[in-house]
Amino acid sequence: MAAFRTILAKDLRVELRTLQSLPAMALFAVTTFVVFRFGLDRTSLEGSLAAGVLLVTVLFAALLAINRLFVAERDEGGFDAMRLAPIDLSALFAAKVVALFVYLLVLEAIALPVFAAFFLDDAAGLLPLAGVLALVNLGLAATGAVVSTVGAHSRARDLLTPLILLPLLVPLMIAAGGAAEPLLAAGGPSYDEVGKWVGTLALYDLVFLLVGYAVYDFLLED
Amino acid sequence: MPALPLDEAGKYVAGAYVVFVALLLIYVAIMAVRIDRMREELSELADLAERRARSTEPASGRPQAEADERAREVVG
Amino acid sequence: MNLRMPSLKTMALTTVVVLGGAFALAFFYAPNDADQGFVQKIFYLHVPIAICALGGFILAAIYAIAHLRTGNPIHDVRSYVSIHMGIIFGTAALLTGAIWARAAWGKWWVWEEPTLVSFLIVYLLYATYYPLRYAIEDRERQARYASVFAITAGAFVPLNFMAVRLAESLVHPRVFATSEGGLPGEMLFTFLVALAGMALLFATLMRFELAAKATRGQLSRMRRALDSEAPAVPASRIAPSGGGS
Repeated sequence: MAAFRTILAKDLRVELRTLQSLPAMALFAVTTFVVFRFGLDRTSLEGSLAAGVLLVTVLFAALLAINRLFVAERDEGGFDAMRLAPIDLSALFAAKVVALFVYLLVLEAIALPVFAAFFLDDAAGLLPLAGVLALVNLGLAATGAVVSTVGAHSRARDLLTPLILLPLLVPLMIAAGGAAEPLLAAGGPSYDEVGKWVGTLALYDLVFLLVGYAVYDFLLED
Repeated sequence: MPALPLDEAGKYVAGAYVVFVALLLIYVAIMAVRIDRMREELSELADLAERRARSTEPASGRPQAEADERAREVVG
Repeated sequence: MNLRMPSLKTMALTTVVVLGGAFALAFFYAPNDADQGFVQKIFYLHVPIAICALGGFILAAIYAIAHLRTGNPIHDVRSYVSIHMGIIFGTAALLTGAIWARAAWGKWWVWEEPTLVSFLIVYLLYATYYPLRYAIEDRERQARYASVFAITAGAFVPLNFMAVRLAESLVHPRVFATSEGGLPGEMLFTFLVALAGMALLFATLMRFELAAKATRGQLSRMRRALDSEAPAVPASRIAPSGGGS
């Protein structure tokens, strides 16, 4: 527990101290929105289109974030240091997941209002949408932590990590899209189908958190 | 879509089964190449083993010829 | 050679008999489908292949778990070959599926059929197994990471099918009535024989591949023993050669 807290604190402190990546990531998200506005030739979005634009942007921002957080760890010998310390290696996994989760949460806190301002006619669905995004972040964090650790120890890691990560994230994105679409519907949010999709999101998160927890030890063995 | 008439449908069904057989045969061909390479390697190794055996034999005619004979049988 | 299992020769012959019998049944015994007509015969080829591919991926996950628990490289080789066979069978499944789609609905690919789409996603995921192995040079770590991948991907397969099926059922009705419950007796029997034949083919090819790898490994071993100038490089960059190297 102590190890977990220490590593988490370290990761968050590093991020907060440098602060470089968060504004850059927010900028990335906003610029992507602009690209979508022109690419789709639309000034207002609703339903599945809105969900799609938002989720694709979140996904790619997450890919960049994962790359940054884990490549740096490897290059600075962080993994080696952890291996030498007499701690439960799964604590490292937990810390990574939480760090990534918090990072994505902060990113969305910036990107979501901007998205609403750019594209949405009414903001009633935003709060439940934030809840859905929280579940998505958890899935992204769990899967991202495992795959990027695998990728970090390989050559061509910049290509390999997204290559493996993207198919794994498809069910998460399907469920996220399914949940977000009714929440962003034209006439205001509707909650008909949302329960089923939220259930799927939760299941995905559970499975990958468990799998990650179970296999992380083996990834860091020397 | 209504079912295709038999002559057209037959082509698609045949196509699918042909794809299956083709993939199987491609696999066989790849294995054949690998086996050929293994055979080459094996004969090279047999040569090496032969040479080793010759260099540790005392220099005399008969055992040499016998060793050569045996080695030739093995290599085929 | 494992004494408990039948020899490669027996397996190969059994495969010929069962698979050949299945195809014969498909064309001479099973009745024509009411909707799709003769085109439906592809079903006896496509679906067993797809099921065996997925089975191979699950098998790989099982071997991967054994590998991580025991550290024995033999499980890693078996895991690798399972995925290798799964990809080959998967390619066959996607190709025959596309031909069937074209014949039944006029399009080479249909996004509406959830099974095809799920299968494609799984296939794309397992295709990354090779670049993963090639990208890690340390043998032991490569094997360990490959096992982690096989386990993660194995857990992913059912999730993926579930999610895609959920997505499609909203908008489009299931088009392939491939659930066994809906099949008349003769078709079901033919299908089961075809499934058994494909499973036997999968197992036979796996044995074949494993034997070839093991032989290659023994050759490397001999090379290293006999040739003092030979570089100490194993036969293959990815996957050990079955305990022989």
